[in-house]
Amino acid sequence: PEWEGRDRFLLSVGHYAIALYAALIEAGFLPEDELETYGSDDSRLPMSGMASYTPGMEISGGSLGQGLALAVGHALALKRKKSDAFVYCLFSDGECGEGAIWEGASGAGHWRLDNLIGIVDVNNQQADGPSSEVTGLENLEERFAAFGWHPQRVDGNDVDALIVAFDAARALSEPRPRVIICDTKMAKGVPFLEERERSHFLRVEADEWQKAMSALDGGRNA
Amino acid sequence: MMRSKYTRPVRLGEQGEGGQQGASRLTTSAMIASLVAPGQRTKAAPFGQALVELAKSRPQILGLTADLAKYTDLHVFAKAYPDRFYQMGMAEQLLICTAAGMAREGFVPFATTYAVFAARRAYDFICLAIAEENLNVKIACALPGLTTGYGPSHQATEDIAIFRAMPKLTIVSSGFMTMRALEAIKMLQDSHIDVGVLHVPTIKPLDEATILEAASQSGRMVIVAENHTIIGGLGEAVAGLLLRSGVMPAAFRQIALPDEFLDAGALPTLHDRYGISAAAMARSIKGWQ
Repeated sequence: PEWEGRDRFLLSVGHYAIALYAALIEAGFLPEDELETYGSDDSRLPMSGMASYTPGMEISGGSLGQGLALAVGHALALKRKKSDAFVYCLFSDGECGEGAIWEGASGAGHWRLDNLIGIVDVNNQQADGPSSEVTGLENLEERFAAFGWHPQRVDGNDVDALIVAFDAARALSEPRPRVIICDTKMAKGVPFLEERERSHFLRVEADEWQKAMSALDGGRNA
Repeated sequence: MMRSKYTRPVRLGEQGEGGQQGASRLTTSAMIASLVAPGQRTKAAPFGQALVELAKSRPQILGLTADLAKYTDLHVFAKAYPDRFYQMGMAEQLLICTAAGMAREGFVPFATTYAVFAARRAYDFICLAIAEENLNVKIACALPGLTTGYGPSHQATEDIAIFRAMPKLTIVSSGFMTMRALEAIKMLQDSHIDVGVLHVPTIKPLDEATILEAASQSGRMVIVAENHTIIGGLGEAVAGLLLRSGVMPAAFRQIALPDEFLDAGALPTLHDRYGISAAAMARSIKGWQ
């Protein structure tokens, strides 16, 4: 995770840390059994991702809206260093209510940061309800395009579509920052959880974990 | 009777600098007014020149501003090192986060804005993106405390109170009140009032040992003078230190701004009105004898 040539992945929505921990385990930066300590006292894996706790966690997210502006700093600095690395920044639809996201979007457009790839998770969920009702999320592609970005919109639960979108974003020759707007469904692949209402904070009963695991494994084998 | 929405008192024939009654009203057209005393030697754009000098031997230094290069001396740096200067526009949260990202990549960014905007608008960003992660970012704040007559939108009268509670942040004093205190004690020489001046170079961390040693001299009053609201600044920091350490001076006084949104106007008038001009400080000290 300290390799200078690495792409930077900035998790603005620190609340998603547990998914990144799983990825860091896959990448070999964390031992798998450490996941058992998640959220426990003195764990390196706190609930909200923080750079000072976890190898491979680039930033401390969680104060929503900061990540994209931080990504601008990384992207400008990498250009100074003549690095080929990309900066990825994952933020959520709810975060787009924060002004700092648009300061970052505007700055990235102004500086033509073609080494910056934004990923917006449009899961239509935030603390007080569906994001489309709480903040209003119309025309995200047009908004980013207006700030000088190259937008794509994909089904964020379709891994093949995501790979195509990331390849296209990296290969683009235009000197513009790129954004991939991902429409996602929470708990995708676990039908009984997909249908649960108010799934921003999802309550899973003790006996449901095994059913959920089975559903996911079934989807993987299909 | 209709209640007026205009709550400011009308002031005519008020006290001017030096306390003369009926001094003519001053007019200001500048956001940034001179702070120097008559005859005092000055140097143009000292911060900008010092930064240019420092940057010669330190290629990691970068300069960033949020549309205030000209008013924070950073234009001097921008001219000397155009490729190391970043104009972030009128966007303080972006300014701070960009500096943080650059610091993570090994650079040493100097970010400039006004103290009000750093303290009020970018606080969460300085706290989480810089301080919590202990990044090496320097934030240079122009117009600290009451140093403009532009009114509460630009008067950072609570900047120290806001910043003092942030862990890992070092707060360097502007030195302005030390300059004022030295002028004030000159005015007190004829009154045979013996005043020593202790400069406090960093508000945080406080040089506790030096302050305690000075405050422990028997029979002396401790006066803390600051260009800041009386709440949450150096005065309270020193008072807390003295109490915690069991050091009881003969008396304790504060020269500080009132807990109010302050007036707009000409800066010398305001400094006199709120008690931080050299003359006003000398008057206060005389009154406490």
